[in-house]
Amino acid sequence: MRSFPKHLISIDDLDRARIERVLDRAESFAEVQGREIKKVPALRGRTVVNLFYEASTRTSSSFELAAKRLSADVVSVRASGSSIEKGESLKDTVQTLSAYDPAAIVIRSPHVGAAQLVAGWTEASVVNAGDGKHEHPTQALLDVFTLRRRLGSLDGARIWIVGDVMHSRVARSDIMAFTRMGAEVTVCGPPTLIPRGIEALGCRQTATLEDLHEADVVYVLRMQHERMREAFVPSLREYARRYQVTTDRMRPDQLLMHPGPVNRGVELSGEAIDSSQALIGEQVKAGVAVRMAVLYELLVGAPILAAVA
Amino acid sequence: MSARTESTRLFARQDARPAELLIRGAHVLDPRAGLDEPHDVLVQDGHIAELGSPGSLPAPDSGDVVEAGGRHLFPGFVDPHVHLRTPGQEYKETIETGTRAAAAGGFCAIIAMPNTAPVVDEAAVLGSLAEIARREACVPVGFLASITRGLAGSEMTEMAELRDAGALGFTDDGRPVVSAGMLRKALQYQRLAGGVIALHEEDPQLSGDGVMHEGAISARLGLAGIPSLSESTMVSRDAALALYEDARVHFQHLSCVESVQALAQAKEAGARVSGEVCPHHLTLTDEYVRTLDTRFKMNPPLRAESDRRALVEALRSGVIDCVATDHAPHAGHEKEVPFEQAPMGTTGLETAFAALFTELVLAGMLELSTVVERMTAGAALYGLPVPRIAVGEAANLCLVDLDARYEVGRDGYASRSSNCCFHGRTLHGRVELTVAGGAIAHRTRVLRAAGALR
Repeated sequence: MRSFPKHLISIDDLDRARIERVLDRAESFAEVQGREIKKVPALRGRTVVNLFYEASTRTSSSFELAAKRLSADVVSVRASGSSIEKGESLKDTVQTLSAYDPAAIVIRSPHVGAAQLVAGWTEASVVNAGDGKHEHPTQALLDVFTLRRRLGSLDGARIWIVGDVMHSRVARSDIMAFTRMGAEVTVCGPPTLIPRGIEALGCRQTATLEDLHEADVVYVLRMQHERMREAFVPSLREYARRYQVTTDRMRPDQLLMHPGPVNRGVELSGEAIDSSQALIGEQVKAGVAVRMAVLYELLVGAPILAAVA
Repeated sequence: MSARTESTRLFARQDARPAELLIRGAHVLDPRAGLDEPHDVLVQDGHIAELGSPGSLPAPDSGDVVEAGGRHLFPGFVDPHVHLRTPGQEYKETIETGTRAAAAGGFCAIIAMPNTAPVVDEAAVLGSLAEIARREACVPVGFLASITRGLAGSEMTEMAELRDAGALGFTDDGRPVVSAGMLRKALQYQRLAGGVIALHEEDPQLSGDGVMHEGAISARLGLAGIPSLSESTMVSRDAALALYEDARVHFQHLSCVESVQALAQAKEAGARVSGEVCPHHLTLTDEYVRTLDTRFKMNPPLRAESDRRALVEALRSGVIDCVATDHAPHAGHEKEVPFEQAPMGTTGLETAFAALFTELVLAGMLELSTVVERMTAGAALYGLPVPRIAVGEAANLCLVDLDARYEVGRDGYASRSSNCCFHGRTLHGRVELTVAGGAIAHRTRVLRAAGALR
């Protein structure tokens, strides 16, 4: 039996022990990031393909950096300027890229289930870097990593996820990852942006920030204008009045997170972003180490102590 | 109104030879004829010539003898909802492959939907389809024309002329008639043109960009949901219109408990309405969509277990009148894409009976006789003669081995497409012989190899 799955498509692919294994591995890679030479030879001679069908800054750059710091050869393909733009199907593109015999394909797609499909068409390990509104498992892992560093453990932590849950793949992966790690999750947002049936993921839901003081961690989501085909709230002004997380609405000891990019002045106030409670910068920084750990576990997966020695 | 009988609106190959056939020792089950026992059945010149106790009828001088060995003989099934994709999308299905798939599923007549390219909204298109069916169709096909031109929902088609050209009825299937005012005019005009008006019920304002049933699973997957009430509110609205205009309306592919309730109320109130349900909605739920396998993407979507149970009960009680497959072939490359991008639809002709027999009869939820009755009842809803196993009737029969188990799709499909939601499942009940409109339309290799049937 494999000790680690071949692909990372969903947080559902990982139980708590495996999540902890990724986090422990990420800790050791984080240590490497502090060195002058930030590279380890783990994936020397192997190829990682980044296939991005959606605009992305931090996810694509951190995957690229993660693969390079593991000494892999990296090919990055973007939807614009490639044969994708000329109408090549996902299957054909994946089969073409598979001819390079990649060890891993990292895919971001605007469509639910794209990563899972790719896994069926290639010998490579597939990492889901976001598929539509479905999942973004590496974001959830870096969020857990960031929180674990601060809190020591997520057990019993009360985490509020605030905002546009409907259009958020981060929310779905986070709810699963946080609850799996022992946290209690509440989702909060306008009822038009909370999908019916979300409680089945094991979270509570509420429509107001009234009880926000209960939270240990406030995880604010981006208002995803780009995914909205219609008006879900009467105005951003009214949304901001009801749901914007500000320093006034938070206790000073609450932690604040956001997956970025932030709509400053919409879901978060400027002071909140810049406050010492905000872990947003730490989340970005964790991205590289966590993605190194994911690639490592999928492609090498040796015992933990031997990894970086 | 046209004087022709509705059965003249079925079109099939004209060169098919009338069957000459003795089926010996079959377990004949025809609920309408009150038959549920072993018989010999003699078919001469495409008609049922004689029924006798097993072993009593001598082999005919010419023709074939099938030793049925206790296998079940049913009246041929009738499917009121099939997409033959012709004209325009022959790479998905043709009249030839679609009717072969129908025959392989035990169907002796099918009704084709008009959402083709071009749409069947003019007599000329209908005429050319009838012409193709006379050359290619191994099972008689009836054609529905569209209610509105180009399925655009705004202008009525020339319904009377389309009826004269052979249309069995009308539907904009694939799309709802959104405008109540538009539909009302069509219902009024039905008094002149005749023909059943069949409706795909969906309020696009509520279904939006939805690709699956709205519920816990759509929330989990991040897929836009289609709430049940996008269907049921339209069933209620259109049942009220049907009652007011005393129109004959048929509700297609009902999928949820609320629609069942709306249909029951409409019947209670005296509306001339009927309903159909698909094998996939009777046997599968949105749980299967968790796999993101696009074979499970159809419209209306697979719904909750409570909906499924309500549909089975409605079919049992007769609130829902008949089974329809909504056979919707799509090419492999069209379905090999992410779930949201895949077209809606599953094939169903070849698996309808086996799916219902395996999942509902063997599971103890429905009687076999009920399934047979509901799989033939679609004929009467469109004014067509219902297949019967009785002396003097045209031979419309299917012989089924209920004990045969097989993996769906393992030996391929007669349909040109393989997007079957039951693909890979093991089902019980194989159709071994189909006689449609008096001619042999399908026989398995087993039967041919045994030399029983040439």
